[in-house]
Amino acid sequence: METASNLGLVIQFAFVVSGGLFIYGLKLLGSAGTARRGNMFSAIGMLVAVAAALLDQGIVEYQWILLGFVVGAIIGGAVARMVQMTSMPEMVALFNGFGGLASLLVGWAAITIADDTFTSVTIVLSILIGGLTFTGSMVAYGKLSEKLGSGALMFKGQQVVNSLIVLGILVSSVMFCIEPANSQWLYLVIGLSLLFGVMVVVPIGGADMPVVISLLNSYSGLAACAAGFAINNNILIVAGSLVGASGIILTQIMCKAMNRSLSNVLFSGFGSARVDTTEVEGEIKPISAEDAYYILEAATTVAIVPGYGMAVAQAQHVVKELCELLEKNGAEVNFGIHPVAGRMPGHMNVLLAEADVPYDQLLEMDDINSRMENVDVAIVIGANDVVNPAARENEGSPIYGMPVINVDKARTVFVLKRSMASGFAGIENPLFYKDNTRMLFGDAKESIAGLVREFS
Amino acid sequence: MEIVFLTFILMLSIFLGFELITKVPSTLHTPLMSGANAISGITVVGAIGLAGTGQQDLANWLGAAAVALATINVVGGYLVTDRMLAMFKKKGSSQ
Repeated sequence: METASNLGLVIQFAFVVSGGLFIYGLKLLGSAGTARRGNMFSAIGMLVAVAAALLDQGIVEYQWILLGFVVGAIIGGAVARMVQMTSMPEMVALFNGFGGLASLLVGWAAITIADDTFTSVTIVLSILIGGLTFTGSMVAYGKLSEKLGSGALMFKGQQVVNSLIVLGILVSSVMFCIEPANSQWLYLVIGLSLLFGVMVVVPIGGADMPVVISLLNSYSGLAACAAGFAINNNILIVAGSLVGASGIILTQIMCKAMNRSLSNVLFSGFGSARVDTTEVEGEIKPISAEDAYYILEAATTVAIVPGYGMAVAQAQHVVKELCELLEKNGAEVNFGIHPVAGRMPGHMNVLLAEADVPYDQLLEMDDINSRMENVDVAIVIGANDVVNPAARENEGSPIYGMPVINVDKARTVFVLKRSMASGFAGIENPLFYKDNTRMLFGDAKESIAGLVREFS
Repeated sequence: MEIVFLTFILMLSIFLGFELITKVPSTLHTPLMSGANAISGITVVGAIGLAGTGQQDLANWLGAAAVALATINVVGGYLVTDRMLAMFKKKGSSQ
């Protein structure tokens, strides 16, 4: 008995150590120079926690645990090695979902040890949050990877159906807590929370994915947190709430960068609420690669503003090439990164890091905006809404009030665009019609390669 | 008392989480998210206890499946975050 409780104490203290390592790891993530070391500390923390959990006296056989480790490590390792940087949003969505499902299963399995109402409540919470995180993330994954249509799916009576589901979840949760022995209520909670996850994400369009994916990231942590309450484990609570807090902060940043409230993102398909009254004046002025080259050659400051289009065209490497040529030519080149450029927070930064662009060359929106008046040429690559001056000037625009990168204040703007078909959100962009704007039509990668050829 | 103790931990770590994460620069937000994926794999710790009870019941299978899923997150999350962070370089630093 004595040794058993000593061992229990060792395990608990090991959890304290691993919690400390998680926290220190996150702290080191506060700067790009130390971030990699921080990730290492966090991983060591996880190793300590897993090792401690394996010491538990309640474990009598190890083969199923081992099998789980092997299967998980093979899949996880393969995904981490093979995933392309452009596909990071899909991968994070998928992992959010796995985290949610794992918490659902732990909550479900914990029923055998549930002996009071409080435990039953936490079990329901971990199943509920875990379930909706799982299916919600799968839908988000489908939309991001274009396996499902990326548009917002709305249908008549959606509000009613959702309300009924919420009501059903409430009723079956309460009934489960009252009579935990009756597993029908449990299955109902599981089924409804899985359904609810689908219903919540289906009406949200691809351009709003940065918000959804951050929110689901947060939920995957909160699900782990709830599972921690269900099985009385404090390291799950600590780690889960750290993840929960991280996701919520990112969600806030994304919402602020789109000037929309979270409920607006979740409950209304983009653009459906307001009618676009933007009127554009002027005409489109296309430019050839050759003419663009002459302007770029004379430029001393260049700002490059990438968007999701750069990821789609896999243009980051050729952008780096152009960047080097411009610098060799004596120009100062900076990148302006809008918080919601791409499909997840920081998406553009990772792609440019992959192409060896140093991170101190990547400027945040406010930094680049304060220098924009001195920029000779701003090059917009596959971005649209995040550089739309209507957000600043036109109260009738659906994105009015959203902070944007003011490329139109640069002396000349090149916009690389596939065609004049309006963007994902279908919002008119007066930038394309401004006097200082020149359109370079075609695939982003091809267009930049064309500029690179002109230089050499 | 146990409930109060756990809730206390929850409260403290949420505040700590907010303090830490607000300091992460936006350039690192994608690695932050994949790192968070890895940390949310902490569920593996809970799943281990459930998968090793030696009883061939439903809870055991659920636990084993949860071990596998959470391990995907842990291994995949940390590896991909490391792969990403290795690419972030300062200007002029040698490669």
